[in-house]
Amino acid sequence: MSQTSPPDFPSGPITAHRGSAVAVVGADIDTDRIVPARFLKCVTFDDLAAGVFADDRTELNGEHPFDREGHQKASVLVVNSNFGCGSSREHAPQALMRWGIRALIGESFAEIFFGNCLALGLPCLTADGETIRVLQEAIASDPGAELQLDLENLEVELESEFVGVNRWPVFLDAGPHRMLLSGQWDATGQLLAHETALRHTAASLPYLCGFSA
Amino acid sequence: MSAGTLYDKVWDLHRVADLPGGATQLFIGLHLIHEVTSPQAFAALRDLGLSVRHPERTVATVDHIVPTTNQSRPFADRLAEEMLATLEANCAQYDITLHGLGSGRQGIVHVIAPELGLTQPGMTVACGDSHTSTHGAFGAIAFGIGTSQVRDVLASQSLAMGKLKVRRLWVDGQLQPGVFAKDLVLHIIRSLGVKGGVGYAYEFAGPAIDALSMEERMTLCNMAIEGGARCGYVNPDATTFAYLRGRPHVPCGDAWERAVAWWRSLASGPEAVFDDEVRLDATKLAPTITWGITPGQGIGVDETVPTPEQTPPEDRPLALEAYRYMDLEPGQPIAGTPVDVCFIGSCTNGRLSDLQAAAAVARGRQVASGIKAFVVPGSEQVAAAAVAEGLDAVFQQAGFEWREPGCSMCLAMNPDRLEGRQISASSSNRNFKGRQGSASGRTLLMSPAMVAAAAISGRVVDVRELIA
Repeated sequence: MSQTSPPDFPSGPITAHRGSAVAVVGADIDTDRIVPARFLKCVTFDDLAAGVFADDRTELNGEHPFDREGHQKASVLVVNSNFGCGSSREHAPQALMRWGIRALIGESFAEIFFGNCLALGLPCLTADGETIRVLQEAIASDPGAELQLDLENLEVELESEFVGVNRWPVFLDAGPHRMLLSGQWDATGQLLAHETALRHTAASLPYLCGFSA
Repeated sequence: MSAGTLYDKVWDLHRVADLPGGATQLFIGLHLIHEVTSPQAFAALRDLGLSVRHPERTVATVDHIVPTTNQSRPFADRLAEEMLATLEANCAQYDITLHGLGSGRQGIVHVIAPELGLTQPGMTVACGDSHTSTHGAFGAIAFGIGTSQVRDVLASQSLAMGKLKVRRLWVDGQLQPGVFAKDLVLHIIRSLGVKGGVGYAYEFAGPAIDALSMEERMTLCNMAIEGGARCGYVNPDATTFAYLRGRPHVPCGDAWERAVAWWRSLASGPEAVFDDEVRLDATKLAPTITWGITPGQGIGVDETVPTPEQTPPEDRPLALEAYRYMDLEPGQPIAGTPVDVCFIGSCTNGRLSDLQAAAAVARGRQVASGIKAFVVPGSEQVAAAAVAEGLDAVFQQAGFEWREPGCSMCLAMNPDRLEGRQISASSSNRNFKGRQGSASGRTLLMSPAMVAAAAISGRVVDVRELIA
């Protein structure tokens, strides 16, 4: 079942994370699969954890990684390419976050999903296909293995009783990297800080001024 | 790096500031909201003690959750009713125009904003919906956002964004009868892949694009996101201006002349530099249809389901998953595949010309026995225009149901959904597993004319055989 303890959602600078992981294998996993549309019938995000991969989990009848006993405390999600494609629903990262996920590592992420995660303080790190494959296999065979994400040096370390300690580079574009490290990933305050510039831009746009000559 | 493109020009005009994290603060000219992705944004706004900065640049409608049979209030679905009631309360509190049910202007957000003239060239348009790329058809820079960003736009009329690269998709030739913008965009996604556009804005250009109507351009840009491109656009031209002229929010008189001059100046000029260019030819394109579980798994209606050997190694796992899920055999012709449900509508293909194309196929024919077929106009205005032409009667006489406007079975947040393993012929935009409301339901994406042909035949057929 989902983790329903009081939420400790991300806040402030995000420089590191340590936790066990869960792997969901497959390319092009879309946000309809991460949280099916019927779970979007809500006016708050509070109860979304129950919707995470709901249809995939029903189909796999208890065998989905999110249902396996050893992954119930997982906080890192390891995925393949183009994860989060499709619908822009922020419900997808919200559902993952409320289930307990605090960071993602994947071959690549869809753009809107990446931005939605960033706005919640969930880093989406990328790594090459071979690294992801090794991580996913290690996590599946040793659910207790812990991942240490070092956001400052962009490295992930896997500590598993089977394969010992391994370390790989991970990647993150400079902008989102700075935003997470500095704690400035929640943009609202920054956007409101530029009152004069906002007024200036609005005043310069012909369509906001009735195309006056 | 791109330079001198419409994307660059519009980006520069809307730049407010550089943010500490490295992103650009971009002014949003038009913010569209609906009932699914806005309630949490308004709640967050209240939590932060903020208000809506530009209520006059924010426009709301209700589309995703509305029933298409009985729209009387309260809705039978208590959750749907709560969502609409919340939207109504938020719009009332913040003085935002809501085009509600029965207003004559309600409909799918990406259908109504263009038809009201809200969407104009040179704007930045944001909406908590990935198909916001639709508005790029007008030469706007339009993209989908999440709910945290909806909150940011409400609060500041701006967003923290990174600039995209620009890829020009140059399309030569001309679409043939029975082949539509839907077929072209499915072909583009098939060719470049569902992640081919990640990091790019797509500029659609060339003789085949110039020849498209505004509604066809909207279909094309609508599905840019299915190819990974967050926004797609077409440079504004005489077709754009002819569509806009006289619409409610479009300037008139001297202001119209000045607007057209400004809009013209924004188009990518001959000196424009693109980060990438792909060239295609539309002339030999066949009606295109998806066979799998992503919009990239498309083939011509005259082709066979690709075998693993015909599939690039990196795409094979997904192909294997798709054969199983869709219950289709590699190498089998897609034509002849039996269907259960036929859906005409959505922000991709729920406009008047889409209904006209489907009606031309349905006219004087009958939906095959055992097939459920229904038409959901994209908006109240589309519905009224279709009724004025008698299209509702054409569809109903052929055995289609004629419904009220909304998103309907595109994503099945309302009562319209597949049951069990049913397979649909659908004019919508996504064939993801479970997309149309049944966890095991299956979707074949195609043009509205192809959906009508499938409804008549009870199976996938080449619509060109019916309109010859």
